Amino acid sequence: VNLLPLLVALPIGGATLALALGGRRRSANAAATAILAGQVGLATVLAARAVGSDGGRVSHVVGGFTAPFGVELALDGVAALVVVLVPSAVLLVRTATRATRPAAFDALALLLVGGLSGVAVAADVFTLYVFLEITGIAAYALVAAGGGGRAAVAAFRYLIVGTVGATLYLLGVGYLYLATGTLNVADLAARLPALFDSPLVVAGFALTTVGLGVKVALFPLHAWQPDAYATAPDDVSAVLAALVSTVAAYALFRVVADVFTPAFLLATPVVRTLALTVALGSVLAGSVLAVRQTRVKRMLAYSSVAQFGLVAAAFLLVNETAAFGGVVHLLGHAVVKLGLFVAVGAVAARTGARTVEEYTGLAERAPVHAALVGLLGLTLVGVPPTVGFAGKWFVALGAVEAGAWGVVAVILGSTLLTLAYVARLVERMYGPLPDEALRLGRPRPATDGGAANAASPLGDARVAVALVALVAVALGLAVGSIEAMVAPALESFAVAEVGR
Amino acid sequence: MTPADLAGVLGARYAYVAYVVVASLGVYLVVADANLVKKVVGLNLLQTAVFLFFVSGAARTGGSTPVTSNPPPYVNPLPHVLVLTAIVVGVSLTALALALVVRVHATYGTIEEDRLRERLASDRRDGGERA
Repeated sequence: VNLLPLLVALPIGGATLALALGGRRRSANAAATAILAGQVGLATVLAARAVGSDGGRVSHVVGGFTAPFGVELALDGVAALVVVLVPSAVLLVRTATRATRPAAFDALALLLVGGLSGVAVAADVFTLYVFLEITGIAAYALVAAGGGGRAAVAAFRYLIVGTVGATLYLLGVGYLYLATGTLNVADLAARLPALFDSPLVVAGFALTTVGLGVKVALFPLHAWQPDAYATAPDDVSAVLAALVSTVAAYALFRVVADVFTPAFLLATPVVRTLALTVALGSVLAGSVLAVRQTRVKRMLAYSSVAQFGLVAAAFLLVNETAAFGGVVHLLGHAVVKLGLFVAVGAVAARTGARTVEEYTGLAERAPVHAALVGLLGLTLVGVPPTVGFAGKWFVALGAVEAGAWGVVAVILGSTLLTLAYVARLVERMYGPLPDEALRLGRPRPATDGGAANAASPLGDARVAVALVALVAVALGLAVGSIEAMVAPALESFAVAEVGR
Repeated sequence: MTPADLAGVLGARYAYVAYVVVASLGVYLVVADANLVKKVVGLNLLQTAVFLFFVSGAARTGGSTPVTSNPPPYVNPLPHVLVLTAIVVGVSLTALALALVVRVHATYGTIEEDRLRERLASDRRDGGERA
């Protein structure tokens, strides 16, 4: 029996169950936790099976059809990392949440897990669209889950922009279908090379990548993201920051690596240069905007714009080392941002501090939390031996191999800027305490209608954040095993490199 | 290509022309209209335009409904199925968008973007929400 469809069916079925248990909140909460734990186990087993199989990949065509006609689901090394990450992150945030959430919230969280897992395993560009939108609907609703008008406005804007992005992606799928007559990823990869100069295919590439770029929140398509992250309840923003953009960037990776293959980028240098420019612009703009923020959550949100620019650039370099770096950075950024957003929420729950100013003297008031924020911040900068370092290192190494010195310069520049905004926070937490700063450091009452200043739903969370920090270091040390795991999935980059 | 040729091509492909026109209208509403409900309508127009594009691509001169009792050639049924799925996605999104508009109206008493911005700004001054 192939268990692959269960990766999607279990959480979506669970969402229905949670809704059905609606009136009994405790049973709904317990059922949701049990299903998430089950999903972690299922994902781990399937990931191990996929990595251990021939070619490092397992696939299954749903409903007794055969590929390329049926809907194919596939799990390879990169997808394996994503399907394990998704339920683990949601489960971790749940354990760190103190507030009791209604059954509908559980249902949305499970729907999100189902959608994200679906994007990870979809081997069909239309199915990918459907899961992208399931993810989207759950994410929009979750942003507004804390109540309040400000969050509703942010969720509405997120919905409008996200839907336009997804619709552009769907339009791109339509162009590809008209050009090739197929939707299956492997089948598309086989048919597209003969059509690389067709306007339909170039338009298809432009529409799918721009659509996904909106979902990833690459500059200048990022405007929805800081508001959504900053106004969502703290537990939701941790999940969104760790998973939603990550999985959209993963979909971008699938489109570049598996559908069009890097050979397309080599065949159309103008498209590649344009896309690379957007990605690098995102790195610089995101970093500069992050330095300018006064609220910690917004700072971390803009930092994501920059980090995903780096991930996208890594895939566009058409270099196997850089692509590997991109995958590691994708994973590493997800882990680090998960930890940081949970930590920032826990700090708000404990001290009420939400701005960089209010973090003054945090090392005295909440020493463990301050230490964890500082440690994860340095991971974000890319201090060895953490996963943040490993990702940037391989991207930079690949850029050097490809002779893309502009990319190397941008990576170095963005690292300095990352250091600038992390150091600003660390200085506030550990620096000397002027009287003025002490006064400012006192939490202010929450008078805002939105969730931005509302009490945090998170609890102390220090164990959860410490666990994430440990994982960030462990992944950095285990980068060799990750390479063995994802190497088969990066083969198209190696092939394109040889043919260059 | 002379203007007459172009007119001929566009006339024969009128469904694609319609898709571009409707999609542009949709994007215009989403971007330029201050009313949140009209933005949702614009979103629906954009999605419908894409559905029209899919279905037009499936058409075939002289094609019949793809049922084996009909004579070939058949129109391609797959894009229709895709559109059916995409319509379901669109309906869910519209429902959620309207629910959010209801909450925005309940909180701020307006669904006009410019007045909403004023209300959010005054909130920010009172509540210490910055940048």
